[in-house]
Amino acid sequence: MTGIGTGIVLRLLHDGERDLEQDLLAAAARHRTDHEFHHVALDIARWSREHAARLADAGRDHGLDLPGPRGNPSPGALAALREKASAALGRRPETGLLLLNDLRELHLAVARNSLHWEMLAQAAQAGRDDRLLALVTDCHPQTLRQLRWTNTMIKILAPQLLTGV
Amino acid sequence: MDTSADRITDVWGSRTPYGPGTSWPPRTDTHLAAGLGERDVERWVQAASVLHSNGDAMDIAVREGRIVGVRGRAADRVNRGRLGPKDLYGWQANASPDRLTRPLVREEGRLVECDWDTAMNRITARTRELLADRGPGSIGLYTSGQLFLEEYYTLAVLARAGIGTNHLDGNTRLCTATAAEALKETFGCDGQPGSYEDIDHADTVALFGHNMAETQTVLWMRLLDRLEGADPPRLVCVDPRHTPVARRADVHLAPRAGTNVALLNALLHEIIRTGRTDRSYVAAHTVGFDELAAMVEECTPAWAAGICDVPAAQIERAAEIIGSAERLLSTVLQGVYQSHQATAAAVQVNNLHLIRGMLGRPGCGLLQMNGQPSAENTRECGADGDLPGFRNWQNDEHVADLAAVWNVAPQTIPHYAPPTHAMQIFRYAEQGSVRMLWITGTNPAVSLPELSRIRSILAQESLFVIAQDLFLTETAQLADVVLPAATWGEKTGTLTNADRTVHLSEKAVEPPGEARPDLDIFLDFAARMDFRDKDGGPLITWHDPESAFAAWQRCSAGRPCDYTGLSYDRLRGGSGIQWPCTDETPGGTPRLYTDGIGFAHPGTCESYGRDMVTGAGVEPVEYRALNPHGKAMIKAVEYLPPHEDTSAGYPLQLITGRTVYHFHTRTKTARAPELDAAAPDVWAEISPAEASAQGLADGDLVQVTTPRGAIRARLRTTAIRDGMVFLPFHYGYWDTPAGHRPPGDGPGRAANETTVTDWDPVSKQPLFKTGAARLTLVARRANATGARTTTQGSGS
Repeated sequence: MTGIGTGIVLRLLHDGERDLEQDLLAAAARHRTDHEFHHVALDIARWSREHAARLADAGRDHGLDLPGPRGNPSPGALAALREKASAALGRRPETGLLLLNDLRELHLAVARNSLHWEMLAQAAQAGRDDRLLALVTDCHPQTLRQLRWTNTMIKILAPQLLTGV
Repeated sequence: MDTSADRITDVWGSRTPYGPGTSWPPRTDTHLAAGLGERDVERWVQAASVLHSNGDAMDIAVREGRIVGVRGRAADRVNRGRLGPKDLYGWQANASPDRLTRPLVREEGRLVECDWDTAMNRITARTRELLADRGPGSIGLYTSGQLFLEEYYTLAVLARAGIGTNHLDGNTRLCTATAAEALKETFGCDGQPGSYEDIDHADTVALFGHNMAETQTVLWMRLLDRLEGADPPRLVCVDPRHTPVARRADVHLAPRAGTNVALLNALLHEIIRTGRTDRSYVAAHTVGFDELAAMVEECTPAWAAGICDVPAAQIERAAEIIGSAERLLSTVLQGVYQSHQATAAAVQVNNLHLIRGMLGRPGCGLLQMNGQPSAENTRECGADGDLPGFRNWQNDEHVADLAAVWNVAPQTIPHYAPPTHAMQIFRYAEQGSVRMLWITGTNPAVSLPELSRIRSILAQESLFVIAQDLFLTETAQLADVVLPAATWGEKTGTLTNADRTVHLSEKAVEPPGEARPDLDIFLDFAARMDFRDKDGGPLITWHDPESAFAAWQRCSAGRPCDYTGLSYDRLRGGSGIQWPCTDETPGGTPRLYTDGIGFAHPGTCESYGRDMVTGAGVEPVEYRALNPHGKAMIKAVEYLPPHEDTSAGYPLQLITGRTVYHFHTRTKTARAPELDAAAPDVWAEISPAEASAQGLADGDLVQVTTPRGAIRARLRTTAIRDGMVFLPFHYGYWDTPAGHRPPGDGPGRAANETTVTDWDPVSKQPLFKTGAARLTLVARRANATGARTTTQGSGS
């Protein structure tokens, strides 16, 4: 059995993971010359992609029609242009502040997803929905890892980027 | 006695076979300048090798104030008298006519000779100006794995408590950072668990990405002698190239580059599936086994075969050998450390030993190897991304303790974030927030990835670069101040090898011209800067190597790398000694973790760990919850596809590596005639099948191209896996007309023109062994000769 609220949270989380994947890919392209950020962002965008797909599956159990992750991001002309631009501008000091800004926005987006996973976990337990609980158990730890990553990156970079420019 | 004439062709010399549990017989290797015999030698001066990480002990032969040869020290536990080719011939570089003998400063774009006062005043003036205008975060220091302990420790004190910068790292970031990080992740603290003597006892030796035959020739001699003796050990080799190790292996697995985690997860799967887990060891000494078992449950050999392109039956066979071992020794090196998911893979080797209970007993050894002679000292002295004495920057008590040792306020020592790693220091320099970079004993203009980027960073007007070296390296040519340094044989100090053996290396001859020991340069800088402690006394209270060693001993007291039982006198005359060495363990400590896990307690550990995929830091409270009793931590990791895979445009996997005849960027080895002649120029290796598919032959001039750049090299076909190209990374430009860069706008010969800027998010070690490239013909070889220039050695 599903409450209306569970469906709402499922949809919100699905949309949140779907957007987070896109946000991570876009930020990775913007910061081509911050190499660790770039590569890890791409790696963990994969987690959000998988979450969105699994949430779309779960949605069907709950009578929802959720589209799942966006079509495979093609390395199209726009993305290539964005990467070229980021490589060309990568030496400018302001890119550091832009990176901090992106990390903060990503952190807030991940925190929102994490809270929705928390709500789903509680709803699943209250509603004795074992399949939903198993989904949360698989996915929420990865969201928490995304959250720790953005926090760690801010902690490491902020002292230099805020005082050194 | 082995004084065989040609150790270029006969790299490992004659065999002295021995059986399990017996001691390795001595064999004294000697090489003297042509025409000289031992009776011509006036003095023998004790030293140890600085041309690899093995820590081979030797005596330097001196005649008429010059070095005239070397002889291995038969009494030493590490090499029992043996020396490899680089040590037998490499000493000649000391007397090379192009040694730097005076400081240089840049005037109107050109480097010109000056006196020490001029050079040092320029450095202190810039330091003061930056400290006043921009703060300590504008100053970065990039050091080496080839100086002495006393020098790193002094550098760490003056950087962290004098200047107050968080930006101090070593080129050990490129060679050994993953070893340190993997040990921290598993055992909470750096510190090599095993001992070279484990070779004497092992019934099985597994080498993961470790071409021991070329990188640690003397250790390989030890293993060869076991293989030739009674009851030899079984060998498992993981390497995409058919190395000398692979030729002796019972099982050789040659995986695709970047797939180590998949392979290791399958090995762990098999060990668990076949019931080879030591359950009582796991229960007593570890946390995390259940998570590992769950993670690898699906990682069957068939699954890994699809990713690694290695037959499943071979993976099963390797797992059977490792699973049935009673005394397992594993070694790990750059095939793991410089590849995708570096720390994650190295940690899985630790896991093999934990779940099999193979630690702390003779033959049950784990050697996370180092790449450089004093990399261990860079790590323990806090010049490589940690605080001195393996202190934990996140632990306020550790910081307070260190501050007490230095007599400074704790807030003097930056500890608001992890010490900045080398790749990030270069990024800050690229962005303009680091304005001064002091480079000691390393050559980033050849050794770092994506050289066009590195050259452009070093050449920036806004960056003041100091290069301290023996020669006018590619990096020195881009510097604003060049300081001539003394080297091995010209200065005294200690160095610690990959199995924690501390050696003393003493001054035998005077340095050339005005060249000075690195320690003297650092002490001079500190004196000119007038760094003070919190009571107004001098921050640095020592004045020579022995007093610096004593200061380090106080800093190491009570920490895992405790040196308090050592002294220069104790290190003279006999064998090197393994730390920890205290009043209770005056003979040193052969193996760590003989009685459970020693340094992982939350109050003791050097690091609380990092996420194996993202590198995110673990908070102290999480660590305490995960590991309250300080056990070894079994960490499970999922396989991730490499960041740069092959494509239609770049169909080959690119890996870089090394040859037995050269060390690093050849600054010394190319100045030893025998070594230079053995491997005079860069080459590119592909398999015969790959070559014939492209219609190429040995000796053809080919171009290797990646999105970063291109190089040209002669083609050599070898038994490397298909679909892969190998380049040795040693070759730069100092001995070419262009000096520090490729000619004109054309392709160069430094492998790092082509490598990708990407590093392991956990250890921050750059990935030199996971890229994609294409190989094209430039010109057919002119004639039938000259296709092969070397003999035994081919690389690692």
